[in-house]
Parts: sequence; structure tokens; C-alpha cells
Amino acid sequence: MRELRRLIPYLSRHRAALAWGLLCLLLTVGLSLVTPWILRHAVDDLTAELTRRKLYFYALLLLLAVAVEGVFRFAMRRILIGASREIEYEIANDLFAHMTRLSARFYQANRVGDLMSRATNDLSAVRQVLGPGIMYSANTLATFCGAVTLMSTISVHLLLVALLPLTAVALVVSRLGRVIHDRSEETQAQLSELSALVQENLTGARMVRAFVQEAHEAQRFERENAEYLRRNRRLILLIGGLFPSVQVMMGLSAIAVLWIGGRLVVAGDMTLGQFVAFGSYLMMLVWPTIAVGWVVNIVERGAASMGRIGRILDAPAEIRDEEVDEVPAVKGEIEFRNLSFAYDGHPVLSAIDLHVKAGTTVAIVGPTGSGKSTLVSLIPRIFDAPEGTLFVDGHDIRRIPLATLRGGVGLVPQETFLFSDTVGANVGFAVPHDNRDSVVWASAIAQLERDVREFPERYETLVGERGITLSGGQKQRAALARALAPDPRILILDDALSSVDTHTEEEILAGLRGVMRSRTTLIVSHRVSTVKDADLIVVLREGRVSERGTHDDLILAGGFYADLYRRQRLEQEMEDA
Amino acid sequence: MSSRAATEERTARWHDLRLLLRLLRYLRPYRTAVAASLLLIVAAALIELAGPYLTKIAIDRHIVIGDADGLARIAALYLAALVGAFGVRFAQTYVMHMTGQRVMRDMRRQLFGHLQRLHVGFFDRNPVGRLMTRVTNDVDAINELFTSGLVTVFGDLVSLFGIMGVMLMMNVRLALVTFSVLPLFFIVTYWFRRGARRSFREVRAWLARINAFLQENLSGMSVVQIFRQEERRRREFAAVNRGHADANLRSIFYYAVFYPAIELLAALAIALILVHGGGRILDGVLTLGALVAFIQYTERFWRPISDLSEKFNVLQAAMAASERIFDLLDAPPEVIPPERPIILPRVEGRLSFEGVSFAYRTGVPVLQDIDLAVEPGRSLALVGATGAGKTSIVSLLTRFYDPQSGRVTLDGVDIRELDLAQLRSSLALVLQDVHLVSGTIASNIRLGSPISDERVQAAARAVHAHRFIDSLPGGYDAEVRERGATLSVGQKQLLSFARALAHDPRILVLDEATSSVDTETEALIQDALRVLLRGRTSIVIAHRLSTVQHVDEIVVMHKGRIRERGTHGVLLALRGLYWRLYQLQYKDQEPARPPASSAVTPA
Ligand SMILES: Nc1ncnc2c1ncn2[C@@H]1O[C@H](COP(=O)(O)OP(=O)(O)OP(=O)(O)O)[C@@H](O)[C@H]1O
Ligand SMILES: Nc1ncnc2c1ncn2[C@@H]1O[C@H](COP(=O)(O)OP(=O)(O)OP(=O)(O)O)[C@@H](O)[C@H]1O
Ligand SMILES: [Mg+2]
Ligand SMILES: [Mg+2]
Repeated sequence: MRELRRLIPYLSRHRAALAWGLLCLLLTVGLSLVTPWILRHAVDDLTAELTRRKLYFYALLLLLAVAVEGVFRFAMRRILIGASREIEYEIANDLFAHMTRLSARFYQANRVGDLMSRATNDLSAVRQVLGPGIMYSANTLATFCGAVTLMSTISVHLLLVALLPLTAVALVVSRLGRVIHDRSEETQAQLSELSALVQENLTGARMVRAFVQEAHEAQRFERENAEYLRRNRRLILLIGGLFPSVQVMMGLSAIAVLWIGGRLVVAGDMTLGQFVAFGSYLMMLVWPTIAVGWVVNIVERGAASMGRIGRILDAPAEIRDEEVDEVPAVKGEIEFRNLSFAYDGHPVLSAIDLHVKAGTTVAIVGPTGSGKSTLVSLIPRIFDAPEGTLFVDGHDIRRIPLATLRGGVGLVPQETFLFSDTVGANVGFAVPHDNRDSVVWASAIAQLERDVREFPERYETLVGERGITLSGGQKQRAALARALAPDPRILILDDALSSVDTHTEEEILAGLRGVMRSRTTLIVSHRVSTVKDADLIVVLREGRVSERGTHDDLILAGGFYADLYRRQRLEQEMEDA
Repeated sequence: MSSRAATEERTARWHDLRLLLRLLRYLRPYRTAVAASLLLIVAAALIELAGPYLTKIAIDRHIVIGDADGLARIAALYLAALVGAFGVRFAQTYVMHMTGQRVMRDMRRQLFGHLQRLHVGFFDRNPVGRLMTRVTNDVDAINELFTSGLVTVFGDLVSLFGIMGVMLMMNVRLALVTFSVLPLFFIVTYWFRRGARRSFREVRAWLARINAFLQENLSGMSVVQIFRQEERRRREFAAVNRGHADANLRSIFYYAVFYPAIELLAALAIALILVHGGGRILDGVLTLGALVAFIQYTERFWRPISDLSEKFNVLQAAMAASERIFDLLDAPPEVIPPERPIILPRVEGRLSFEGVSFAYRTGVPVLQDIDLAVEPGRSLALVGATGAGKTSIVSLLTRFYDPQSGRVTLDGVDIRELDLAQLRSSLALVLQDVHLVSGTIASNIRLGSPISDERVQAAARAVHAHRFIDSLPGGYDAEVRERGATLSVGQKQLLSFARALAHDPRILVLDEATSSVDTETEALIQDALRVLLRGRTSIVIAHRLSTVQHVDEIVVMHKGRIRERGTHGVLLALRGLYWRLYQLQYKDQEPARPPASSAVTPA
């Protein structure tokens, strides 16, 4: 239940609506007591003298009362349930907004399907608390108070007797409530599991089919599916027990009234009429007590789900502005000072010293897994370098406003991710909507333009999720164009031409040369042809800089790079011979 | 109501009925449980009737005559009834909820199974998030129909007809007066059904949109962040979210009107009885007792009706969800396994493309008149500019798609007549887009196939992934995150390569299998492959020509057509496309001609 405290700010923002809604609720409950009253008078009159006019009067009065009650009932639902939808909307927005602030580390630790499940399934459980939960609690409370007041006018003594078993309801509820809470959390967690499995399976549709894993995947799904059923069963056992046991308590009350009240009547301390009236008021409590079971179920589930959502909301945004300097724009000088970096205690980079002057081109080569991508990903702060090790324009990178920093950096990640949108929207992802020119310009440099010209809808061609309907090279070039479009001061190409044929690569590099002249460029590549013209080539091996220099320097030095060069030359000579 | 609207309504009703029948079919395996649940509900009702009856006896026989001991007996009986009711209610709730859950499990299983059968092209068009909505949220929306809907509907109907019968027996005229309100009830329901249905459908559609949005943007959050589009994405999310909230608010409107409207109708019925019956009392034709009884029955009469209306909501919501579920279940797989598949006793590995033309979308040909042949154990390389159609050729070979004309054969048999599983398991692909799943290193290489640890490790050794795997904490059992997020791209590619090798295929297809791997490792893999490929057919796609020089035949593709073919030497001598590519890759000097595009500058 503690988890639900998070809802207070939202509720208080809607307190006016809630107050109106609850008022309507009270009026509805009140008016619903009027109908029997009218009927009673009508019938009473029928036994005495009655005219047709009076008859019409009662009929009209009845309709009027129900109509007015209906208006309030309508307003109650609209306002209370409406408010719950508004709050759901606000929480969803806040949740997503928070997720946009969470760093790569968070997304590595959490599966997308799981996060989605929290943002939809769990949120809807929370919404149940806000809407029906509040509405039924209030309704129950109002009816309960009404009935108890009426009963107390008859016999306080008997009332206490009747309420005794009902206090046991509180006990049952608080006991079962806790367990329901835990078990619904298990259930929701399993739903997340299921959703993550489906997500992974569907995004890997090609792989699943290529390796004939359909049956195996179905089996895996079935296992989780069965587990979900199992956990639901544990929950159902509880809920199945909760409602009837509340009803049993109610019944115990009735027995107590029958037993004690009966004796009172026999003893002459109470009239039979009072006894019967008391019994019928007790019946008015039936629905509220049943509703208690219902509300408890909703609230406990909601609390468990809120806890799961809360765990996202509490995840700290690790990468954000803390104390920042006034830095209007990035010029492009980058310096790594004795930088070491580890992923969760697993060291990847050590003692990197590298100075990239503004406007120069630095190439990074090295074996697979040597830390090249890690190194360049520190610049736009995808991961955070330790303090005092990475500087841009002389500022510690953490002291540059994140927006300025990222605005000055254009990164082409090694793995391409496009959105299911048009080609134009993907290329123009980081530029204002109407800036068609920079989209075309960037596409031209990335040599995407000629492919686009072949597409029937040109820049309006839709690409599938992750760019699935483009060829590998087209995707990569779209990502390149996307990074170029906002014309960044620092351009980082992380193996960004690996899926492009040599001819196109050559054309892209030629086009880029003009762009690169005035920009700081970092190029990661495995190909000598891509890096040989760089101002500085750095060889990274096992997280350390092992060689540095120009193409010619490194060939002379005869290390990794020279070897790389020889290999790529050798293949040619072998064939030429 | 125009006649067209009437027809629409009629078809909508048929549609609803069909949906409902189809939904009910899921209950068939659980008919005993459903029957038991029905019995239990009746039993519970009967036992609960005992309460008031016992009270009556207590008053009439004991309290009135002052018999306190008899009272104790009654109280004990009451207690027994209570315990009985508890047991019955518990059993009923349990049985019905479990049945609901089982039905949902079956539906999920069926949906997931169907998704596994659907062709690859289906996923090009349908966002993953939307499909996930079907399997999780939409199925959940049906739950209530089974748990609280169906059985109670039955109970309500029984009591409704019972009460109607009693009313008719008591006084036909008054009964008819009461029933005269029913047409109004149908009109209200009709209005509600139309409105609610529409808004429920909208709700489902918006929910799918939310999921699709989340799926995509959470997957690509780092791209959103690098390009500082968080604010825009927040706005876009808020818009989708708003749509969802508004659709929900609209459905609240219908609910909110519906209940009071039903109550008003009930009051109208009572008012009519009062006016009409009261008049008849004045005329002296009706007794007061009959009138009071009638009013009470009318109240009872409306209770099941308003209950039913409530169920009707549940039903509408379930219908909207089931409609979408059935739509997915009815989506036909376009790549259909043959009814009587040919099963090759032994796959030799002879491949051929005969006059194959293919387009993903009609009017945009991607492959035209492709003729290819690879003898068993031989190798073929596909080279050409990006977007030339190389990957598409592989996609046809694995029947991710079927060509529009021409045919692809394996060992001389059209692959459309082959057993799909046999075809695909005789091929192993290193896909251009590497896909790793959460699990371990070993489980990513092995997937679900029964492959021994030795073979897993041998495959990893062959692609020189062994070293980095060993350095991971846990080695082959090291955790792999979703999409292999904690591995370098080259490492992922090596794993994907090892996966293909571990599956020990007759035909190996390498689509840019080493594009992100360093040259040294690549060369080592080349050496290892020379041994591994002996006796296997292979198709290699690569931009780095060094990786294709040793193959038996190189095919150069250009804009979906085959332009050149031959061995490395032959193609060089041809001085065509291949020669140009080769020159570019290995020439040492600066490129001579700056392409036109470099002249373009940002506006
Ligand atoms: N699923 C798809 N739906 C629609 N069009 C597609 C799809 N996949 C590829 N295409 C289009 O078909 C053409 C050929 O793509 P293909 O992937 O076969 O090229 P490729 O030769 O493999 O190129 P690359 O070297 O860049 O990987 C491209 O123009 C591409 O945009
Ligand atoms: N997010 C991460 N969490 C933990 N370890 C990681 C993470 N990303 C990479 N690593 C590990 O850090 C090392 C360096 O990875 P990185 O991606 O920087 O290599 P790389 O030089 O870019 O390799 P490649 O040439 O394959 O792209 C690898 O051993 C990799 O497994
Ligand atoms: Mg990398
Ligand atoms: Mg390709």
C-alpha cells in the first residue's frame, strides 16, 4: 500500500474534480433512498383515499427522483472515472518522460518487453485503483455509514453485536491483502516475462525462421505461459477465498442478530418490528461488505503494480546536467586525459591519452572488442567517462550542457537503428521539420540520394521497424545522412561504412572530405582504405593505445597497422601474381 | 433509421454473433468445468435463499412464542448454510476464473503459434508492439467475459424468464404494461451498443499504437538521446497517450449514460404500474396486495436486465478485443508449406535459380531474371553495389519470400514443394542483421537445437570467438542481454557466425558475415572455413573482395540483375564492374575523380 503514496500528488492535482465526483456520489446514494420512500407513501395512500391526480403525482415524482439521481450518477461516473483516466494519462506521460532520461546502462539491464508491460499492464492496474477503486470505496463507505446510523437508532447494543463479526473482515482483509499484493506482483512480473519473450521472438522473426526455431520458441513460450497460469492460479485461490469469506462474516452478523436479537425480543427488550427493521438494515450492508473484498483486491493489485512502475521512476537518470558551465556551442577539440573506463567493474579502456585538435581527422583501428566503440561513445556521453578524463574544448565533458554537447556531435553508431517512419523523416531526425535542404544535402553526401531516387515515393517511402525494408547498406547510409544533416562540429563514424561496397564507400569518403575539412572527425574502421588519409591514426589493442601516427609513420613502425596494411596489400598481390 | 444503416446493423449483429460463437468455441475443452460452474451458481443461489427463510421460521416459530432454545437450533442451521455457501461460492469462483485463465492461455498459445507460422514479410508491415498487444493486452481483455460474464448471464436469463412467467400468470394486463417499456430498452441498448462498440474499438487501436510506439522508442532510446529528440518523442507520446485517454473517456460517456437510462426505464415501468394498477384499484378490479407484489416483481425484473446490460459492456469490450485477435489469427501465411511436401532422403546441396523475378512491392522489381546454379560442395559469391539485391536472393532461397516468377530449386526440386523445415535446416545463415537474444553465449549459438557443448565450442573456435568468450565471466555460460547489448558488434557477428557453423548445414550462407570483424580475425576465419566448407555448398556475400576471391564462381549484381559472372581471374580480365570494384579497393593512391556530390554544400 505504501507504493500508492506516489499517487498523492496526482490526486491532489485533481482534487477539485474528485471533490465534485464524491459529492455527486453522495447525492446519488442519498437519492437512491428516495424511491422506496415514494413508493411507500403511494401504497399507503392507496389504502386510504386516493385520487387519480395523486396517482399521477406520485408517478411523476418517482420518475423525477430517478431522473435526478441518474443525472448525478452520470456526473459521478464521468467525473470520477474521467479523473482516473486523466491521471493515468499523466502517469504514462511522466513515465515515458522519465524513460527518455534514462541512460544506455538502464536499457541494457531492462528488457523492452518488460518495460512496455509496466507502462501498460501495470499502469492499467493502477488506474483501477484510481477509478473504480475510489468510486466503490466511497460508495461503500457512504452506504455503510447510512445503514449503521439507521441501525443505531434501533439498538446500539445489537449494532455492536452485528459489527463484531464485521471487524473480522478487517482482519481477513489485512491478512489476505498482503498476500494478494505479493502474488499479484508475481503475476505481473510473469506477464512482463511473457511480453519480453514475445518481443524478442518477433523482432528476431528472420532468425527464428532461418534456424527453424519455431517449435522451440513455441515451447519456450508455452513454459512461460504455463507459469503465468500457475501464478494466476495462486492469485485466484486467494480471491476465490476472499469474497466468500467476507460474505461469511456478513452471515455471521446475521446469525448474531438473529440469535441475540431474537433473545432480546423473547425477553421483551425489543419489539418484533424493531427486530425486523434491524434485519433489513443489516441487509443494506451486504453490498458494501462484498465491495470491500473487491476494493481490497483492486487496491492491492494496484499497489503491487505501482511498485513495479515506481522501480522505473526511481531509476536515477545517470547521465544528466549537474553543474554546468556556460558553453554556447561546441568547437570540436577533444582530449582524453589518462582515461580509464570499465563496464560494471569490467575494465575496457585504460590510460588513454589522446588529443584531437579541432578540425582534424583521427582514425581508430584495432581488433574486435578492443574498445573502439566504447571510446567514441564516451564523447556524446552514452556512457560517462570518469571525471577529469575527457575534455571537449577544454571543458570537462560533464560541465558542458548535455544538449549543447550532443548537439555538437554527430554519431553514426556501429549498429544502425532507424525508426518506422519515412526515409526523409529518418534522415531529418535531428533537424527542424521544414529543413528539406539539409536532408537532401546529407543524403547526397551519404550517397543515399541515388537509392531514394529509385524509390517510388522518394523521401516519403516508409521504412519498416528498425529500417527492415531497406538493404543493409541503405540503412547504414541513412544513419550516416541522419548524423550529417544537422551539420555537427564533431562527426563520429563508428565503422559506419562496413555494409557499403567499395565503390560507394569511395564516393562517400570523397564527399565527406569536403565536410570533414572544417570538422573534427573520428573514424573507426577495419579498412585501411577508410583510415589512411587521417591526420592521426590510433591503434587500440585491449583497451590501450598501442600505436599512433600517420599512415606513413605507422607503416614504418611495423606494428599492428603495418600488418593490417600488409595483409590487405598481400591479398591483392597474391591475386595479381 | 435508413435502410442502409439497418443493413449495417444487421450485419454488425451477425458479425457479433459469429465472434461470440467463435469465442465460445474456446470453452469446449472445459465444458465440464463450465457445467460445474453453472450447477454451483444455482446451488449457491439456493443456499443463500435459506437465510431469509430461516429468519422467517425463527420469527414465526420461535421468537413470537418466546422459544429461545429453538432459536439456537435455527442459528446453528444458519451457520451450516453459511459454511455451505462459502464452499460453493469458493468453488464456483475458482472454477470459473481458472477456466477463464485456461482459455486465455490457449488463446495466447494459439496466437504465438500462429505468429511463428507467419511469413517474414508480415513483420515488415506490422510493428512488433502492435502484435505484442494482441498476445498480451487483447487476450486479457477477453478474460472478464469468461470469468464474470458467461455463467452469470445464464443465471440472469433464467431468473428473467422466470419472473416474466410469474408476472404473466399473476396479471396479464399489468404484465403487458410492464413489458411495454421493453422496446425502449432495446432502443437504448442499440444506441449504447453502437457507441460503445466504436469507442471500445478505438481504445484497442490506441493501445496498440501506444505499444508500438513504446516498443520502437524504448528499443532505440539511445538514438533518440544522441540526436536530442527526447522532447519531441515526449510530445509524440503524449499525443498517442491522449488519443488513448480520449477514446476511454468516450467509452465512459456511454457507460455513464447507459446505467441511469436503464434505471429510468425501470422507474418508468413502476410509474406505469402505479398509474395503471392504481387506477384499476380505484375501479375496484385489482387488490392492493397484487399491486404491491407486482411492483416488487418489477423491481426484480429489472435487476437481471441491468445485470445483463452490465455483462453487455463486458461483452462489447471483449468483442472489440477478440475482433483484433481473430484478425491476426486469420492473417494467412503467405509462404505456405506444401500440403504434401517432398522430403529429400539426403540433401546434396545443388542450388539453382531459374528465371527468378521478385518484388517486395508490386511495381518495384528488386530481382529480375536471375539464373544461378551452384553444384553441391561448390561455392558462389554474390557481389555488387549496396541495394543490388544480394540479400534478397538469400531471402528467396530460405523462402522468407516467394518469387513472383521463376523458381528456386534445391537438388532439382522446387523449394516450394519441399518440406519447409527440411529446406531451412539444410541451410544455415549468417544474417546481415545480427540478432542475439537474452540468454547465455552457449544458448545463442545453440538456440533450441540439440547441439553438444563440444560442437558449440568447436564452432566458436573456428570463428576465433573462443578467446573473447573465455575472457567473459562464466565463459560459455556468460549472460547475454537482449540483442547482445553488452558485446561489441564484431563479437556479436562472430557469435552469429558460430551459430551458423554449429548447426552443421549442407549449405552455408554468409551475408556480410565478417563485415564488422577485424582483418586479422577475418583472415583466420577464412583459413578455418577452407576446411569447414569442404563438401558443403556455400554462398558468400561480401563487399570486401578479399573474402570472395577463392570461391568457384563470382556473380556480380547490379540493380537486381546479374551483370557479370565467372572466377576472379576471368572477371578481372573482363575489365567490367568487378574489375572497377577491385581497383578501387586495392589501389593505393588518392581517388582521381571527385564525385559530383561533394560539390553540394549545406543550405
Ligand atoms: N523487406 C523489404 N521490403 C521492401 N523492400 C525491400 C525489403 N528488403 C529490401 N528491399 C529493397 O530491395 C532492394 C534490394 O535490397 P537487398 O537487401 O537485397 O540489397 P543488398 O544487395 O543486400 O544490399 P546491401 O549490400 O546494402 O545489403 C533495396 O532497394 C531495398 O530497399
Ligand atoms: N555495454 C557494455 N557492457 C559491458 N561490456 C561491454 C559493453 N559494451 C561493450 N562491452 C565489452 O567491452 C569490450 C569493448 O567493446 P567495444 O564495443 O568498445 O569494442 P570495439 O572495439 O568497438 O569492437 P568491434 O570492432 O567489434 O566493434 C568488449 O569486450 C565488449 O564485450
Ligand atoms: Mg565497435
Ligand atoms: Mg544485404
